[in-house]
Amino acid sequence: MSLLKVRDLRVSYRTGVRESPAVRGVDLTLERGQTLGLAGESGSGKSTMALALLRLLPPSAKVTGQVLFQDEDLLTAKWSRLRAVRWSEASVVFQGAMSALNPVRTIGDQLMEPILLHEKVGEKAARRRAAELLENVGVPARRLRSYPHEFSGGQRQRIMIAMALACRPDLIIADEPTTALDVMVQAQILQLLTDLVREQGVAVIMISHDLSVLTQTCDRLAVMYAGRMVEHGPSEQVFADPRHPYTRALAGAFPTIGDPSSRRAPTGLPGDPPSPGSLGAGCSFAPRCPEAVAACRTREVDLWPAGPRRESACLRVLPEFANLADQPVADQPVANQPVKEGGAV
Amino acid sequence: MTSTATEPVSRPGATPAPPRQHALRRFVRAFAARPSGLVGLGILLVVAGLALCAPLFIGNDQLNVVMVNGPTLAPPSGGYPLGTDQAGRSILLLVIWGARSSLSIGIMATALTMLLGSSVGLLAGHYGGWIGKGLMHLTDWFIALPGLPLAMSLAAVMGQGTASITVAIGVTSWASTARLVRAQTLSVEARPFIERARALGAGNTQVMLRHVLPNVTPLILVSSTLTVASAILSEATLTFLGLGDPTSVSWGSMINSAFSGGAVTAGAWWYLLPPGLAILIVVLGFTLTGRAVEHVLNPRAVNGR
Repeated sequence: MSLLKVRDLRVSYRTGVRESPAVRGVDLTLERGQTLGLAGESGSGKSTMALALLRLLPPSAKVTGQVLFQDEDLLTAKWSRLRAVRWSEASVVFQGAMSALNPVRTIGDQLMEPILLHEKVGEKAARRRAAELLENVGVPARRLRSYPHEFSGGQRQRIMIAMALACRPDLIIADEPTTALDVMVQAQILQLLTDLVREQGVAVIMISHDLSVLTQTCDRLAVMYAGRMVEHGPSEQVFADPRHPYTRALAGAFPTIGDPSSRRAPTGLPGDPPSPGSLGAGCSFAPRCPEAVAACRTREVDLWPAGPRRESACLRVLPEFANLADQPVADQPVANQPVKEGGAV
Repeated sequence: MTSTATEPVSRPGATPAPPRQHALRRFVRAFAARPSGLVGLGILLVVAGLALCAPLFIGNDQLNVVMVNGPTLAPPSGGYPLGTDQAGRSILLLVIWGARSSLSIGIMATALTMLLGSSVGLLAGHYGGWIGKGLMHLTDWFIALPGLPLAMSLAAVMGQGTASITVAIGVTSWASTARLVRAQTLSVEARPFIERARALGAGNTQVMLRHVLPNVTPLILVSSTLTVASAILSEATLTFLGLGDPTSVSWGSMINSAFSGGAVTAGAWWYLLPPGLAILIVVLGFTLTGRAVEHVLNPRAVNGR
């Protein structure tokens, strides 16, 4: 039995009369102890998807599909059951630790909160556990009585991680755990998270726009674009040999240290992600894709197998399109939209 | 302030918390730097001290109209520094005794106001939708109603007495507190730690009481020190109009009996003036203290922290 099985998850936000889809059919499976990286630019639906798993979205969001967590559908579960699952079995590390802690309560109180809520233990035992947790993440236990403003940003993020581990969950959703931290602290936090996860065998879904961070910390990588998963596979392979033009653009955006050519010619991606309300037929990446062909604009794409344990949502992984790579784009006669000639890949 | 100081001590199994004491000391220092606040606090301490100690030197034989033996409506003299009333009681002792019921009704009415106002505000801010809308409509309705006539009719319906006056004041003045608390609740609820609290399985009660309320408390505290002043004024007004407990002595009832007892026609200024001045001084004391506390607790006004 898989720890987490997501089937055809769809989320749409009601904006006025119109519904704008943020997540458009995502499937994924996660086993115990596995780490999955979720990459994508802002607005690609990665945070929305992750928060939808625990139904943490505002009421204006409509969520459909199936989220099987230990064979229990969380989308149809009762509120009481859902609240019990939250944190004791699946916890969240939020982005922006600066504001995810209550400024008027001590760290100790806040670390004890989930323990007291979910486990039948006394205040003393909870306090002892909180002290242990704090020591585990490298913050001295005597600081339990301090308030959030007395800590640095890195320490606060450590405290958030300690809090996520408080009830020994099976799954941690880390939503950009290192935003707003400098690179050194970021590396420390990621190391801490990976160590703790490995020690305790917790499954992790890590969300970031930073492909290199995800490659470093996760076993598997999933790339999202416009609410859909476009590529999925073992993280080193996805990073080193992307099968989808979008992943290629994301990976190309990071200069390789020690490689002058990549620094002098950084490859970017022209254009903006599509707005959720204006998605037409065909591949939603086609308008920005440097390798798009006419079929891209008409044919529905899906995650197709692209090698061992890999999937990609690009027509080029299909055998009949495999040899398209050399054809110049402009020669396509049925192209009804001018193709943007963007940064060379 | 006293509750903040004793809280760490009363918590079982915990040694005194240093950070909280730091905060308290900082608060005291910032408060001490405001002379007007100190003056206000001094006034309140003197009045409260007198009111608390009053039973030690004022007995039934000085308050009971049949037992007193002074001259009636006599001007200030050696034995009676503020003169006497129409029954021969010392005005000075009556003013001191009146502080007891004026202060206690003022404080109890404020407590009721804060309780009503903050619960309505908290609920309206936390539950949006029709609950929040309904509660806010109710609040608007109470704001629009003229307070004094409502309090008078409430006190009249419930009968004379301390309790009915307290309730009447509380029921008519909670609306502005509710608006204040709702606004603050909305802004606190938008902060990410509320999302975090929900994610860790906290229910509505937990979110409201453990996360929102502590963030709203300073505001409630400030607003309550200012509300006491208006509650004492309302109390004086209602008892002056004869809605209070006729057997107890309060400042409002003193002015009332001075008025009905012919002090005005007799030119007995010493009967009318002292309770009026006492009301003025206590209201001033609460206002000065409240402004100073507001200044210290308002983060936008804090400088050089």
